[in-house]
Parts: sequence; structure tokens; C-alpha cells
Amino acid sequence: MSGKSEESLRAEIEVGRVAGEKALASATDLETLKSAKQSHLGEKSAIAKMSQSLGSLDASLKAPIGKVLGEARNHLNELFDRRLAELTLQRDREVIESERVDVTLPLRRNPQGGIHPLTLIDQEIADIFIGLGYRVMEGPELESAWLNFDALNIPADHPARTMQDTFFIEPIESNLVLRTHTSPTQIRTMLTQDPPIYVICPGRTFRSDELDATHTPVFSQVEGLVVDEGISMADLKGTLDYFAKQIFGEDVVARLRPSYFPFTEPSAEVDIFFNGRWIEWGGCGMVNPRVLETCGIDTAKYSGFAFGMGLERTLMVRHQVTDIRAIVEGDLRFTRRFGMGGR
Amino acid sequence: MLVPLSWLAEFVEIPSNATPESIAEAFVQVGFEIESIRRTGANIEGPVVVGRVLAVEELLGHKKPIRFVTLDCGEGSERGVICGARNFNQGDLVIVAKPGSVLPGDFKIASRMTYERLSDGMICSTRELGLGDDHSGIIVLPDGSALVGEDAREVLQANDVIFDISINPDRGYALSIRGLARELAGSLRTSFLDPVERLRALKLEPTAPEKATQVKIVSGAQLIYLQSLVNVTSTAPTPLGMRLRLEKSGMRSISSAVDITNYVMLELGQPLHAFDRSKIAGTLRVRNSQPKEQVKTLDGIERSLSKENLVIADDEKVLAIAGTMGGESSEVGVGTSEVAVEAAHFDSLAVAKNARFQRLSTEASRRFERFVDPDLVELASKRAVELLVEITGATYIGCVTAGDQVKRRKVDVRLSDINALIGYQYSAKEVEEALTLIGCESKVEGDLFVVTPPTWRQDLHRTADFAEEVARIHSYDRIPLSLPFARSSAKPIGVLTLRQRRRRSVTAFLASKGLSETQNYPFSNDTFIKELGFTGDRAKTFRLANPLSDEFPVLRTHILQSLLPTAVRNINRGNQGVAIFEIGSVFRAIDGVPSTKILSTGSKPDPQAIADLFASVPSQPLMVAGVIAGNMELNGWWGKGRRADWSDALSFAMEIVELCGSKGEVGRSDFAPWHPGRCAEIRVGEKAVAHAGELHPRVIELLALPERSVAFAVLIDAIPEAPIIHPGALSTMPPAIQDVALLVDENVPSESVRLALQEGAGELLESIVLFDRYEKIGGGKVSLAFTMTFRAPERTLTAEEVNALRKKATDLAAERTGAELRG
Repeated sequence: MSGKSEESLRAEIEVGRVAGEKALASATDLETLKSAKQSHLGEKSAIAKMSQSLGSLDASLKAPIGKVLGEARNHLNELFDRRLAELTLQRDREVIESERVDVTLPLRRNPQGGIHPLTLIDQEIADIFIGLGYRVMEGPELESAWLNFDALNIPADHPARTMQDTFFIEPIESNLVLRTHTSPTQIRTMLTQDPPIYVICPGRTFRSDELDATHTPVFSQVEGLVVDEGISMADLKGTLDYFAKQIFGEDVVARLRPSYFPFTEPSAEVDIFFNGRWIEWGGCGMVNPRVLETCGIDTAKYSGFAFGMGLERTLMVRHQVTDIRAIVEGDLRFTRRFGMGGR
Repeated sequence: MLVPLSWLAEFVEIPSNATPESIAEAFVQVGFEIESIRRTGANIEGPVVVGRVLAVEELLGHKKPIRFVTLDCGEGSERGVICGARNFNQGDLVIVAKPGSVLPGDFKIASRMTYERLSDGMICSTRELGLGDDHSGIIVLPDGSALVGEDAREVLQANDVIFDISINPDRGYALSIRGLARELAGSLRTSFLDPVERLRALKLEPTAPEKATQVKIVSGAQLIYLQSLVNVTSTAPTPLGMRLRLEKSGMRSISSAVDITNYVMLELGQPLHAFDRSKIAGTLRVRNSQPKEQVKTLDGIERSLSKENLVIADDEKVLAIAGTMGGESSEVGVGTSEVAVEAAHFDSLAVAKNARFQRLSTEASRRFERFVDPDLVELASKRAVELLVEITGATYIGCVTAGDQVKRRKVDVRLSDINALIGYQYSAKEVEEALTLIGCESKVEGDLFVVTPPTWRQDLHRTADFAEEVARIHSYDRIPLSLPFARSSAKPIGVLTLRQRRRRSVTAFLASKGLSETQNYPFSNDTFIKELGFTGDRAKTFRLANPLSDEFPVLRTHILQSLLPTAVRNINRGNQGVAIFEIGSVFRAIDGVPSTKILSTGSKPDPQAIADLFASVPSQPLMVAGVIAGNMELNGWWGKGRRADWSDALSFAMEIVELCGSKGEVGRSDFAPWHPGRCAEIRVGEKAVAHAGELHPRVIELLALPERSVAFAVLIDAIPEAPIIHPGALSTMPPAIQDVALLVDENVPSESVRLALQEGAGELLESIVLFDRYEKIGGGKVSLAFTMTFRAPERTLTAEEVNALRKKATDLAAERTGAELRG
């Protein structure tokens, strides 16, 4: 390089720069771009060679030529970076386009499962009452007659016993029955725990009714029991109103209507105003002091309320199921309609 | 109870703007449910009149007896009508629907030719007019009760409203017009005329008291009145008004004497019984039956009596079942001229036992079981005498009584206690008003009410009883709403138990894996249980004394006993991909059927008695079971599906055990209803908690299930609560991975080999996984290939160390299982 004039050196650099510019700009894929970089900026490129021999130049040329060389190199590097970005983007686009799938194809490789709506509503109710400080009590389905009847102020030969068609276990003297309500679980709770008691007792119950569109011999109930100081019927009504609104919607109204149960006094039916009419939902009342006394609870200090409703009936009302058989027959299409957590 | 509004209106003032619906709502407000409201009369249109039978011609030669009846309907000419009924004679007054009239059910009456005669109208029964259920014959009016040609609607008081009211067991007094009229008046706040007020003042004049039949109480009654009458004209017709009321109330007219007792029962609530007095030998008595005694009751049934039965007897024999049903031997009949009317206050329990032991529930027993106002014994029997004298022309000779008159009791009730229990501040005036409306007398001293409940309310004893009365009379709608939670000093805390959390996670797990939850009846039958192969303790069932059907007489001992039929039902309905499960209780009478005690009530039984009672109730563990009869992976655009096999079932069971926080060990099992060569058990500790695998080929054949259907069952309650997990430190050193392939006899369980390798390798083995099982080796051998991952906590393992550990592992596997290192 020594001996060349400044003009010729500048011209040489310009040629290298223009050639590099052209090669980089015309590269249409990443491979060509990389070889273009190699040719025009790599070790064997004209610009690189000139840079390597810069030391042999006259002292007066080193600075100006070095500066022009640096500018050319920087220019080509910038050009490369820009082109690299453009071509990478273009390549990504092509690859992604070629790999596109139909994401609307059917998803399920496994059969669709589901949780039975009775379980779903049971969980929903448990969550409502856990939020109010209640616990969930369980008791046996095959139960002692004393817990199912006598302790609840339903003595033998009382007309109230025939209100509930009971399944008895053979021999009758075993005094074992299929519980006709979950109330024996309330008795178990009161016999073993001191107040305050805030519990719900969900579970399966049995009455010897033939299966038809509105009756089933095996059904599910949820009962509630509160025993504490100063518990009133207003507390019962407020609790049921809250419960009804949680289950059926904020605009639902609950009302109490006088009724009779041996284990409550006063007793009431609870109706809800839903979809434009009053619907009987369950029974309730203030725990009969005689029941509290049988459970050893001081009636001078404590009072309590209890309520109970059928879960099948609740589902039928809320989901407009007209035939109870759909709930009890185990047809998986019914369960699948509720999926994993529908309501 | 069927209640005609016209009868209520005799004792309660009905507001002029009241509608049947508003009256029904008034009943509902105070606790009486209305089953139905029936309007009568309004749907009878056109000329329906009273006619006199002039002639009856029997038409012979037809399938059933037919009459051609000539009538005078006050038209100046005769009218001929065909009639199938036979309960009338020439001269009787009947109801005739003339052509052009329309009866309930849009039944249009027209002239027509039938049985070769022109039938110019129809003679009507009670049912055809919509006035009652009686269709045993046509209506025959008592002579002189109506004029020929008169509008039948007027004569029959047809325009009425019949309420069907359900009466709760605590309100026996409301099984009467008197009781319901009082309730309605209380709810409407209108005036009430108590029919017994007149009877209290009524003086009967006995003509020969010394001749009256004697009576005594041996057991089972508090008070009895026996009224004796002679010169009874037993054929005297029941007055039309009385008969119509009985029919509207759902009863049939039988004879005037019986009708009178029924009428008084409906009006006042006191069941009465009329005996043919001439059939009573000596003294009438209330007593318990003796063994081997019998009585033929009015329903024609010869009944054997036990000492539990309370009866009415004379010196010689049983005449009636007390408070329940009379006997044929002393029945009032056509020839009866002397009548003894019994009115008694029987023990509720004694009558309830009668009804239960004889399987006989009557209008009388229903009332006595629920309590009848003891004050009515005298008053109702006076009412019956009054009517018998008036209607049958009887002579009253006198009354004999036994037992004690009812004593009124006083109860102290505090206003503040009532208000605290209801959660509403009633004024003293409001409480007093409510108590008066239900018949109480009360004296107010500040907060204290000294209340004398009426004789018909033996259920009013303590605050709660009075609080209900006050709250219902002032409407439950007035009770405000509150939540105890915010106020409770105890601040209760809600939380799910371990069992409840397990149940939730198992349900969600199985559903997310493609299984649908079902809830099946926990019933089965022994034949099916045996066919499924259950034996021993697993087949010991509890039997129902009163099953709904022979198909389901026992409780299931295993969920599969009810889940498998549900799988079959789903398949039969064409459901695809049948994969279902259930979580529920199972019942095994392992120690036979225990006896559970009936403890006392009213105060807490002693703790030992309670503990013994709880222990005597059989344990009913929670089990989850699933059946998969089809693909676990479906056919689809991704390729062919895959049938569920035994290992899918087993892995569900294992994952459930793991969800419950335990590690299970798999072993072989031959439990029913599984395939003995394709069934595994999962043990936690020493205990088998789960079984899974392919169903037994015989079971599959029996139920026509798809081939190789699989099932699993996990006894959730048998899985112990898991100890706290201590995860230890995580090594960051590099792992050393070694594969080993071993040849073993094909009968050696792979798990035995894996466990031997694991134990031999020692603590530095981080994991060991079987990744291949190759069967086509021959010589009864299989090849098992494992990947073993070693890692030390704080250093890198050398190749020599790893080789040595691997050798220890394979040596122990060789020693334990005969495994040879392959290749």
C-alpha cells in the first residue's frame, strides 16, 4: 500500500465500501448475508487488508486514511446489522407461517369427565357456611333409631313417626334404620360438643317412597344447626335469607311460614320467591328445648335454630330439572353437562 | 281435611271482599297448608232440578241392570230418563239434569235414544255434580226437603268452596270445623262464635237416669260419658243439610244415628261411637284387651287382639276397638231402637298403638292420636243427644260417666323470653291479643304472663310453645333478619376436615381424568353380590325389613355392586366412553347385626351409655370406585385411541392413595370382582387400601360389559393420615445415570426386582424407573430395563463409585429374585 497517493487510497476504500454496500443490500437470506459480510468485512476483505497495512503508511496519511477506513467499516457493520435484523424477521415469519396448525381441532383426547351436580352444590353450600364460621359434620347413614327419632322428640307411636316412611333393618329389634334425615348428626354433635355450635350436616337420607318424577327413596339433605347464647328466630330467618340469596341469586326472597316439626318449636317452612312464584324449599325452626335437654344443653343459657332442605329439590328448582330421575339414575350425560364446576 | 267454606262461615265472620284465595292465604299465614281449593256449583249450568220418581221400569236383557224412570219435574208433563243406579224407589225425590244443562267436566246433557228408549236427561250422583266423591248411587233427597221443580243448586247448597287443609300432628284441635274456624278468625281478625258456648248452656232432661247403661274405666282413658237413648227411629232420614255437609267433607251418609256421630266429630272434633244399646251386656268398660280376644270390626275384618290393644267391652265380650273402630255385634242397624253414645277422652298413645298394631287408621284414631279437647267429652255427647232426639225422635233417658273432668293448668311465661327467642320486640298488648285469639286466658303482671291454656291445647307448656303462637298470629313476616355470626362472642371458625378435603380432591382428580361422577342407591341383592364373586366378610349384608322391591333388599358391601349396574345402564343407553365413579358409604355386617339401645330422653344419658350407643352403630367406611368400559384415549385427528387397561385402573387407584398423602405398595391380588391374574392391591403399611385391575371375565359376561373392562376401588377411610413431609436438601451436584437390563423369570413381579435394586444401591440412589419390559426372550424369561440415577449431596460421584453401587444393586436383585445381568 505504501507509495500510493492519498487519492488512490481513498478511491480504493470507496470501491471496497461500495462493493460491500451492494453485496449486503442484495443479500436475500441470512446465509448470503453472512458470506457477504465475510467477503467485505472479513479478514480477507479489502478493507481488512488495508487496515492491517495501515502501519506501513506515511505518518501523515495514517490518521486521515485510518479515519476513512474506520468510517467505511462502521458503515458496513451498521448496514449488516440492519439487514440481519430484516432477514431474521423475514425468516421467522416464513418458518412460523409454514408451521401454522388449525387450533380449532377437537381438543379432548380423553373422555370428558364431570362432577355430579349434587356434589357440586354440596361443596357450594359447605363453602357458604364455612364462610359464616360453620363446620361440616358427617354421620352414618345406617343409624340408631334413638338418634334418628327419640332424641329428636319423635317418640314411638307418635304420629310424627309415620310422617317419615322409614326403612328398618332386620331384625326390627336392632333399632337400626336408614336415617330419614341428617338430624341424628345434629344430635351426635350436641351430645359430644359444648356450645357454641355452628354446623351443617349434609348427607344422604332415605324414605321408603317409590321412585317417580318427584320422589326418590334415596336423597340428599343439608341441615344446619346453631346453638349459642341469644340465638333467635330472626337469626334463623337472616341465615336462611342469606343462604337463599347465595344459592338462587341476590333478588331472591325467603319467607317463613308456620309449620310443625317435633324437634323445633317454633317451627316453620321456608319458601323462596323464585322465578315469579313461591316455592317450598325446606323446614326449620328453633331447636325444641326438649331436644336440647336430651343433649345436656342448658336451656336457660342457650337457644338454637335448625333448618334442613333437600339438595335434589334445590337443584331441580335452580336448574329447572323436571324429573328427579335424571339426578339419581347415574346417566353420565347428566353429570357431563355440569362439567368440572358448573352451576 | 276437606272443609266447606259454607260450614266455616257458620262460626267465623267471612269478610265480604274475601276470595277463596285470600281465605287460603289466611290459613297459610297461621300454619295451615292448603292442598287444594275446589269451587263447586259454579260449573253446573242450565236446568238441573228436583224431580219425583213416578214409576220405575226394569229393563231386562242387558249386561247390567238398567231402569227407565218416569219423573215429575214440575213441568206439567212427565219426563222419561234411563238410569243405571238402583238406590231409589217410586216416590223418591231425585236430582235431574235436563237436556241443555252442563255438568262439571263440560259434560253436556242432551236427549238421546238409548236402550231403545228416549232418555230425556240424567239422574245425578254427588260425583256427577262435583259435590263429592260418592258415585255409589244417585242422590235421593229426604222426603219433604225440597219441592218438585226447584233448582237443584239451591236445594243442594251447591255453590261452595271446599278447602283441602293439611293439619300438622300438633294441632289435633284443628281436625274440626270449630278448630279451623277459630284459626281463620284469628288470622282474619274477625269474630268467632264458638259452637260449644251454646252447648255449655244446654240442659238435657233425662227421663229415666236409673235405667241408663253403666260405664267404667279400667285403663286407657281419662274420662268417658255414655248417653242412653230409647225409642230411636233408626230409619229416620238424615236431614239434607247434614248429609250435604258430610258429603262435602268427604264422608258418606250411612244412617241417621251414624251420620249424627260423624257430623258432631267434624263439627267439634270429638269422635263418638253409637252402640246398639240392646246388645250391651251389663256395664260398658274401657280396658286393655286380654290375650286371644277377638272382635269383628265394622270393616268386616275379624281381628285378633293383643294386650297392647285398648278396647270397649261389656261384661261378656269386646264390642269395639277403643277410639278406632266399632264392632259388628253392637252396630246400629235398621232394627235398632236403643242407642248408647260413647264419648271418651282416650290416652293418645293407647289409640296410636291400636292403629299401629291393627294397621288401621280411621277418622277417629287420627284425632285421638293427636289429642282431642277433653272438655268435648261432655259437650259433644250432649250435642249428639240433642240431634238424635231431634232427628230420630229418640227419648233421652240419661247419662253415666266415669273418670275425671279435665283440670286447667296455669303456665308462667315472660314477655322478655318470648321476645328474645323470636328476636322481635312484641308489646305486652300484642302478646295478650295473640294468646286470647288462640283461646288462652292470661293475667299480665309486668313482664310476667300467667296463662291458662284452653283445654284443647295440651301442647302449650313453655316459652317456645307460646312464642310460636305469638309469632304466627302476628305473622312470621314481621320477624326481622339478622346473622348470628357477626354477633357471636365465640367467633366460630369454619374448616373442612381431612376426610372432606380428601373427598373433594379425589372427586376433582377423577373428573379431570375423564370419569363422570354418579350417585347410586346403596342397595343390592345377595344373588348379584354372589354372582360378582364377593365372599366372606365382603358379602355380609344388612337386610332391610321393608325393602321397596325384591331387587334391592340389602345394603351394598362394595360400591361396585351399585356402580356396575349403572355402567350397564349407560352402555344400554348408547353412551360412549363409559367411565364413571362414585364416592359413598359401604355397609358390612361383619359382626352380625348389632342391637342399638333406646335411651331415655329429656335429660342427657350418661356418657358411657352414649359412647356405647355410638359404638354399637356399625362403621360405614367411605369408598371410591370407578369403572371404565371403553377408551381411555379417544380416536381422533391425532390418531387411534387406546382402550383403558388394568394399569390405567391401577394408576387411578395409586394416584388416589397419593392424593390422600400416602405412598402405596403394589402387590398381586385375587379379589372379586376382578380377574385373578390381572388384579392388584395397594397396601399402605400392612393394610390393603385399594384394589384395581381388569374385571373378571365371568362378571364381564354376566353384565355384557365390553371385553376387558376395568375397575378400581379405594377405601378412603383406610388410608392413614400422612405424617409431615421433610423434603431434605436438594443436591446441586451432577447426577450419574446408569441403565441396567436384567433377565428374570416371567413370574417374578417387576416391583420385587425394583425394590431389590433400590435397597442394594443404597442411599445415593436418587431414583429408579423401569423403562422397558421385553417379553419375547423365550425360556420363560423376561427382560426388565431400569434407569438408575445416582447423586451425592456434596460431591461428584466417580465412575468407580457408581459402578460399585450398581453392582451392589444387581447383586442384591440376583440374590432376591434370581435376576441375571443381561449382555
